[in-house]
Amino acid sequence: MVTYGKGLRPLSIVTAILLAGGLALALFYAPIDADQGFRQKIFYIHVPMAITAMGGFIAGGIAGIMYLRTEEAKWDLRSYTWIHQALILALGALITGSIWAKTAWGHWWVWDEPTLVSFLIVFLLYCTYQPLRFSIEDRDKQSRYAAVFAITAGAFVPLNFMAVRMAQSLSHPRVLATSEGGLPPEMQLPFYTMIVAMILLFVTLSKYEMASKNARAQIRTLRRRMGGDEGPQRRSAAPSLPATTPTSPS
Amino acid sequence: MDAQPALDLRGVTRRYGERVALADCTFTLDAGRTLVVFGPNGAGKSTLLRILATLLRTHEGTAKVLGHDLKKEGWKVRGHVGLLGHDPLLYKDLTIRENLRFHARLYRVPETRIDELLEAVGLTVRADDQVHTLSRGLVQRAAVCRAVLHDPPLLLLDEPRANLDPAAADIVEPLIGAASGRTRVITSHDPVGGLVGADIALGLQAGYTALLEPAAGVTPEMVGELYR
Amino acid sequence: MRHAVAALLRKEAALELRTPQVIPAMALFSVITYVVFHFGLKRNQLEGDLASGVLWVTILFAAMLGIARLFVSDREEGGFDAFLLAPVDRTAMFVAKAISMFAYLVLVQVIAIPAFVILLLGPTPDGTQALNLVAVLALADVGIAVVGTLVGALSVQTRARDLIVPMLALPLLVPVIIGAARASAPLLALHATALPGKWLAVLALYDLVFGLLAYGVFDYLVED
Repeated sequence: MVTYGKGLRPLSIVTAILLAGGLALALFYAPIDADQGFRQKIFYIHVPMAITAMGGFIAGGIAGIMYLRTEEAKWDLRSYTWIHQALILALGALITGSIWAKTAWGHWWVWDEPTLVSFLIVFLLYCTYQPLRFSIEDRDKQSRYAAVFAITAGAFVPLNFMAVRMAQSLSHPRVLATSEGGLPPEMQLPFYTMIVAMILLFVTLSKYEMASKNARAQIRTLRRRMGGDEGPQRRSAAPSLPATTPTSPS
Repeated sequence: MDAQPALDLRGVTRRYGERVALADCTFTLDAGRTLVVFGPNGAGKSTLLRILATLLRTHEGTAKVLGHDLKKEGWKVRGHVGLLGHDPLLYKDLTIRENLRFHARLYRVPETRIDELLEAVGLTVRADDQVHTLSRGLVQRAAVCRAVLHDPPLLLLDEPRANLDPAAADIVEPLIGAASGRTRVITSHDPVGGLVGADIALGLQAGYTALLEPAAGVTPEMVGELYR
Repeated sequence: MRHAVAALLRKEAALELRTPQVIPAMALFSVITYVVFHFGLKRNQLEGDLASGVLWVTILFAAMLGIARLFVSDREEGGFDAFLLAPVDRTAMFVAKAISMFAYLVLVQVIAIPAFVILLLGPTPDGTQALNLVAVLALADVGIAVVGTLVGALSVQTRARDLIVPMLALPLLVPVIIGAARASAPLLALHATALPGKWLAVLALYDLVFGLLAYGVFDYLVED
């Protein structure tokens, strides 16, 4: 039986520490940008969020592949959860990006920033994930179709990023210096710390969500076994977990 | 090869989410014999048929159809199975002939067979009419043609008498009846009529096997019990 | 597999010829959209970027109509059961549907492009530019057909089919519109210049990636 609750508390603590530490480093240790001043510091939240979200979407796609190959419900759960969490982070990336655009250029939205634009497209695409799941009643089919979506959209994310970047390449010079090149050493420490912190945040929140869903599925199974019928199955977009025999709590 | 039964199921189980559609189904059926499946709606009759037709996968257990293991060699079974369900599986805007031609091409069956079958069921006159212009009974006759177009050794019939008028039922009997020599699995709600021509009777309740006997030893009352 | 694809294509053609719905609707939609653009943009003639944009947006939106209808006839006739029972490779359905969608797009464009040239386009492209435009159309149509088939199959099982199709397909097709619009703009400009090759490469890459992906994944959408 799969559990997700193992090690959740130490993980949460480490995540909290890294997040706090990263933010502190970003605020106090990192140098103030010559051009944009203090406002540039939102970069330390925006870019790690964007990178983690992108990774999350691709991971959701890989989980989709695994589900189609193994048909194990746990991969469906992972795909669903990672996409869900990545979507939240993507929204965060859009919001922080928008704030940054406002403080840097005076507009709430700029088309010149390819990361922001491709995130808008990806965000809109993944917003359809849950409605798609919800509108398919058959649970097996729902999981399978969701996996196909996750794979298609996951492959789309890098392609889209590349295409959008090519489209904007001639206009505005890229202000966002990412880890590809040119980050001065004082910026590197807070930046990489924030990336690790974001990834850990993603993993921790995912584990919380999966643990909660797993627990609910087990309660349902127990109730069933005790003879009660919990009524007609409500339609749901969440992945269904198979009826497993719960062992003693680990 | 002669000793091998046409159907050999052991512990076949199929779920929908947390609900069990078919549980632990076990039986064998020799070639040329007929299995009749009784049970109320939702008992798993259609699920069983769809599994045998390779349209649904099993979650547990093994199933051997015409000597092929469904999980490993399911694709070999296709082409040797004919399915006749509630849905005629014909495109309403095409004519009977166009529909049958489509199937003939898919199954690589010569087109002369189409004319043979149309003749046999008395549809030659209406063969070039669009399906949506035909009455339910005629559509079902066309569906029978579709089901046996490729001369399958295994026939799966979901309540075959339900949509045929008595005259038509007699016409299609040589094609899908016991005398056709095919191995047949039939679902039925008729405790009396269903047992006619059957060799083994299977009774399902909520997915589980409630009755599995040679048909000779089954009375309509026993079938009636399933519906209580 | 080829004979299965051929059988499916003949069936599709027979159906569309018997009750022509998709192609006339898409063609009419395209022409009326040009009229709407004329009033919306308050322009009599377009060239360059603007012409390219209007052309491709219209093609994309017309494609949405086609995608939504692509699998409907099969669904209504009792699902894909008839096809699934046959001893053929299931991917044949993907190939046949994608070819059908491509054919719909091409046939519609045979009407819609001349209409666009007459109604809205300012400069008249010469022979080479027209040929280049055909190349862009071909590559883009392949991408739309492949992704459209995938989205069509995904959406045919859902209860809100008409809503889901554009929500899924439009974001997925953004790279196509980027590539196609950027490639076409110089061809439709007042002082027409050559076709920028890199955008053709983008379209080709997109077609390849999604073509392979859809081919690999389609089986799972068709079976029960």
